[in-house]
Amino acid sequence: MDANGFYGQWGGAYIPEVLYQTFQDLKAEYSRCRRDPAFWEEYLELMSTYSCRPTPLTYAENLTRHFGGAQIYIKREDLNHTGAHKANNVMGQGLLVKRMGKKRVIAETGAGQHGMATATMAAKFGLDCTIYMGEEDVLRQRPNVFWMEKMGATVVPVKDGSRTLKDAINEAFRDWVTNVDDTHYVFGTACGPAPFPEMVAWFQSIIGIEAAGQIVKYHGKMPAKVYACVGGGSNAMGIFKRFLDDKEDIELVGVEAGGHGADSGAHAIRLSSPDATPGVAQGYKTMFLQDDDGQMNQTHSVAAGLDYVGVSPILTSLWEDKRVRFESATDDEVMQALDLTMKTEGIIPALESAHAFAGAFREVGDLSTDDAIIINQSGRGDKDIFTIAHAFEDPSWEKFIIDRGKEYSKKYSG
Amino acid sequence: MEQQLRERLAKKDILLMTHIVLGYPSFDVNREVIEQMVANGVDCIEMQIPFSEPMADGPVILKANQDALANGTRVADCFSFAEEIIRQHNIPFLFMTYYNIIFKYGEEAFFKRAADIGMKGFIIPDLPPEMGETFLALADKYNIAPILIFAPTSTDNRMQELATHGRGFIYCVARRGVTGKKSEFGDDFAEYLERCRASTTLPLAVGFGIQSKEDIDALRGKADMAVIGSRTIKLVESEGAEAVGPFIAGLR
Repeated sequence: MDANGFYGQWGGAYIPEVLYQTFQDLKAEYSRCRRDPAFWEEYLELMSTYSCRPTPLTYAENLTRHFGGAQIYIKREDLNHTGAHKANNVMGQGLLVKRMGKKRVIAETGAGQHGMATATMAAKFGLDCTIYMGEEDVLRQRPNVFWMEKMGATVVPVKDGSRTLKDAINEAFRDWVTNVDDTHYVFGTACGPAPFPEMVAWFQSIIGIEAAGQIVKYHGKMPAKVYACVGGGSNAMGIFKRFLDDKEDIELVGVEAGGHGADSGAHAIRLSSPDATPGVAQGYKTMFLQDDDGQMNQTHSVAAGLDYVGVSPILTSLWEDKRVRFESATDDEVMQALDLTMKTEGIIPALESAHAFAGAFREVGDLSTDDAIIINQSGRGDKDIFTIAHAFEDPSWEKFIIDRGKEYSKKYSG
Repeated sequence: MEQQLRERLAKKDILLMTHIVLGYPSFDVNREVIEQMVANGVDCIEMQIPFSEPMADGPVILKANQDALANGTRVADCFSFAEEIIRQHNIPFLFMTYYNIIFKYGEEAFFKRAADIGMKGFIIPDLPPEMGETFLALADKYNIAPILIFAPTSTDNRMQELATHGRGFIYCVARRGVTGKKSEFGDDFAEYLERCRASTTLPLAVGFGIQSKEDIDALRGKADMAVIGSRTIKLVESEGAEAVGPFIAGLR
């Protein structure tokens, strides 16, 4: 990152003047934390006692046999507290907020995982908490809304624009410019104005640091390839960062949301299709899915957490330098990958993470059995039972919902 | 631009700048509203090219942006309309928009087209000067005033730095927050405006939450120009374009 927050031509900090001073303060505090080994120690201590770090690296013996290629290892970010890698970033920013002395946090959330993690952190650290969530996502992810509210957060459904993640981000910025003095915006992914991309990637880098040690221990050498799903890009940056720094030739693969297919227009493929173009929105420059005038397009994915118009400027820079390869997986491929992983390994990836599995499954059979791959399982799927059961169109689940609905209807009509 | 405002300031104790969102509710209504504004003594008009992600705007202007886009408003339409309006009315006009609209059009092409039609300035709330090196150079080349923004959170040093890049006037945001909500003009505000004044020799425009004659009276002698934004948009929504003229006339 250069002094103005750019990675090559990507990134920057395109922010309203009212936030300028707050960003100066944030950059200064972040820089102090980076230089202070005690801060990282405190972070590790917190993550090993409040969350489940180090998370395991699971050898997927049955999947490996099924495909007959490289050895498949799964990095289990689903075993974090709140069920996803989001906790890594949120707890780190929580420690930063304590240092800055701010009393209130706000956050955007798409799938609800980042909102959940932020609500958890706010409860633990005694901070006021408001979560902005697109109305569409509130409907898709009701259980997460329930838990956020139970932990004391205020969840504000955002009814503007496409009513998804990008609109929640805009609304969170509107809150921040209004309440800038006492509020910190806990940005959820490696996007947004500098220093957020770098800061979020730093907290998430714990994933790859652990995974590198674990794979050498179990497999005897570094992996041939590492796979991660890419929405905003925080779990991908988290697992990639350590391997990027490595001199060995490790191929890093980001898997984007193919939705109904690359030619359908209903997807969230920013880097592995020609649909996205350079743009500046939400405080940073990256490849956006937008029209010729620069208006953002609608996106689609079965996974709310990948359904986003932009992507981390760090990943865009790595894509441009051909250091990370980008692929996409369609909704249908993702459901098949999820089904196979559950049946063979008894592991339930989140719909987002299942994109990384789908991308890896396509190629793993072609690799040597001497090699290993790591798939980053960024989150757990069992928590998203409503979404996943809906996507599978499971008849017994649908009947259960109908019956439960009837029960509640009776209660409210009686 | 600064010269034009200074000439007007010689005759009036405070100038008025108004705001419209292009294509909302339609270009026909925009045309009527602008006629009423100019006929009733507005000194300067900022025309917002709608954007799908208007981060610095509150609910009224946000909705206007979305509806304008839903009506099919394109950047090319905004240029054609602005060209027509500038030909008809003898006051300075500015474009207000977000940086992506300019970036996507092609920065130099955008400046060139704007200069060709006689546009006087640009207000881009998400482009701080450190992100706008080429933008500021082009503004100079095409003689279009880049309107820089001061906020109550800006330090004295920051204001002085911003002022070195600004031309035409400085847009002083009256308070923290987004457009459209009421602002209070108490002691803190007076002190803030004094800091603004001390940081620049450019005229000072004050915007965000200015809704009435009382608000404008509070600015007389402290600021050079008052900015009315969301208020007239709401007025057009509730009472139609014809209500704008009497409203503007009643502000002085």
